[in-house]
Amino acid sequence: MHYLPNIIFATILVVGIGFFVQNIKKIIRNIKLGKSINRSDNAQARLKNMALIALGQSKMVKRPVAGILHILVYAGFIIINIEVIEIIIDGLFGTHRILSFAGGFYSFLIGTFEILAVLVFASVIIFWMRRMVLQIPRFWNKEMKGWPKNDALNILYFEMILMSLFLVMNASDYSLQQLDVDHYIKAGSFPVSHFIATWLPQNIPFLEILERTTWWLHIVGILIFLNYLYYSKHLHILLAFPNTYFANLNPKGKFNNLEAVTNEVKLMLDPNTDPYAAPAENATPPEKFGASDVFDLSWVQLLNAYTCTECGRCTSVCPANITGKELSPRAIMMKTRDRLEEVGKNINLNKEFKPDNKQLLNDYILPEELWACTSCNACVEACPVNIDPLSIIIDMRRYLVMEQSAAPQELNMMMTNIENNGAPWQFNQMDRLNWREE
Amino acid sequence: MNVPTMAEMMAQGKQPEVLFWVGCAGSFDDRAKKITKAFVKILQKSNVDFAVLGTEESCSGDPAKRAGNEFLFQMQAMTNIQVLNAYEVKTIVTACPHCFNTLKNEYPELGGNYQVMHHTEFLKKLLDDGRLTIEGGQFKGKRITFHDPCYLGRANKIYEAPRELIQKLEVELLEMKRCKSNALCCGAGGAQMFKEAEKGKKEIFIERTEEALSTQPDIVATGCPFCNTMITDGVKNKEKEGSVKVLDIAELIANASDL
Repeated sequence: MHYLPNIIFATILVVGIGFFVQNIKKIIRNIKLGKSINRSDNAQARLKNMALIALGQSKMVKRPVAGILHILVYAGFIIINIEVIEIIIDGLFGTHRILSFAGGFYSFLIGTFEILAVLVFASVIIFWMRRMVLQIPRFWNKEMKGWPKNDALNILYFEMILMSLFLVMNASDYSLQQLDVDHYIKAGSFPVSHFIATWLPQNIPFLEILERTTWWLHIVGILIFLNYLYYSKHLHILLAFPNTYFANLNPKGKFNNLEAVTNEVKLMLDPNTDPYAAPAENATPPEKFGASDVFDLSWVQLLNAYTCTECGRCTSVCPANITGKELSPRAIMMKTRDRLEEVGKNINLNKEFKPDNKQLLNDYILPEELWACTSCNACVEACPVNIDPLSIIIDMRRYLVMEQSAAPQELNMMMTNIENNGAPWQFNQMDRLNWREE
Repeated sequence: MNVPTMAEMMAQGKQPEVLFWVGCAGSFDDRAKKITKAFVKILQKSNVDFAVLGTEESCSGDPAKRAGNEFLFQMQAMTNIQVLNAYEVKTIVTACPHCFNTLKNEYPELGGNYQVMHHTEFLKKLLDDGRLTIEGGQFKGKRITFHDPCYLGRANKIYEAPRELIQKLEVELLEMKRCKSNALCCGAGGAQMFKEAEKGKKEIFIERTEEALSTQPDIVATGCPFCNTMITDGVKNKEKEGSVKVLDIAELIANASDL
């Protein structure tokens, strides 16, 4: 029975990580539902983007208050998690503070973790106040009702709880060390928790129970949080890295040229083409133009959807949204993820996708949203992790126009004019040089 | 105006240094035609050897592409590329950021490879090469704010050329709160120019004009015929057309030298 805690620990660890890996596999499978797009070029520029934007948070600090607080939480959270290595070893082998042989360096690390824990806690409180007290508008747009709002708050509460557990664990450990209790070797420095220790009753059995309870809750909390990621916008802490790596490197104004269209147009312009020729026996039917569902988007666009952390910087700079139009670039990403999750669940249930008479267009994203976009790229510029909502908007417009002929009437007139007289207005092409004589 | 076409040049066995791509707005829109003429006057004063395509020019396809009609875009692009390649065009300058972006970024994959410059870049180069001098003239000491066109700024990261040109006019350059990469769109891009805005609580061009006017400018400078239309409408809407002018950078430079 002596090994019971070790066995329980190992079981929790394996189940926690195993469940997480299962969900990550589902995400990868879902992302692979997207169409292929080559983003294997220019590894150097991609690595640089990842280092600067994901690791270095260079786009976060464009809004300094949120940016600096975010760096504190991000750095704090990652650095404090070094402690998890020790917790896992201790948990598996029944040791206590196994890394304390590092002496002064160990003390330095624990001390640093404590200070960071306080900074993380304080930043998270400020984040909570920005949402709930200051009510910054981008956190209160209509797409932020219900789960998205609760999700954001859950994450903040989670972090507050984990940081508190960590500090109380250290405080009780410190007290036990001071009382020369066996097993609690004198190790570490506790610049924060030794204050907390002064509030604790100096009762050895109580302190032992408190230390064990907070130790277990802390590691179990971390595993729960890890598994919460899949259901949450918080996935960005992992996906920001591949997302910035695979992001578009071209100038933002360059939209892709659809290859399927190029082939058709070349045929149409080729004077040697026989207009009455029957298609070859084994000819593949022409590709669907544009996107009406997640399957028509590229895997990068689907990765974008999973990466979005719903910060709303895109929506807060969108000219359409600012002026009260239906479009919100953040909602485009959220709806894409919701539909992709729905498709994923369908696959989990049926082994393969069983048509459900739904699609991204109309069931999630309305044409009114798509037609409000000015293609100004403000959303793309604003995204701290290089998500590209505009590319999804354009792909869906392509479907509306080329597959459904469902452009707004005025745009149909504009396009008819271009076809007939080479200008979006109804002017004769032969009058194009009249300004020279005027 | 004495502006040669590529066909006329070719008939004389000449190949101009640069093709001026006028664009649909620059060819047909009464307001934008003034920008076209101002730019031509500067080119002529700087002795730039240029020509236009005239009736052989056709829409670049930008509004069709942004509206989602990739077919029409590529039809336009490939037809234009046939014409441009037939004239062995090497360098293109245009006063429209939408044509500029499309020709520069979207034509190469379809077989159209040219050095494409926005007119503010081109004018900056003339200035740097000593072929153009800019003086303040009537604008000396005026308060000018510059509205960054999306397809020049964010889309192609050209923020400095227009500002350097404006500063040469010995004016006070005022920046709006949302400028450069944070600039707010005028509301015309993405084919919105050709349709009514979707329903909302405000027009985008009003939002942007209010911001421009808040800098208390004498002039709002633009580098795009569509932005020009939108901001001009906004200034009229705010009944400020008596005190605030909306001018393209080419017009500023040409008017300053009384061209």
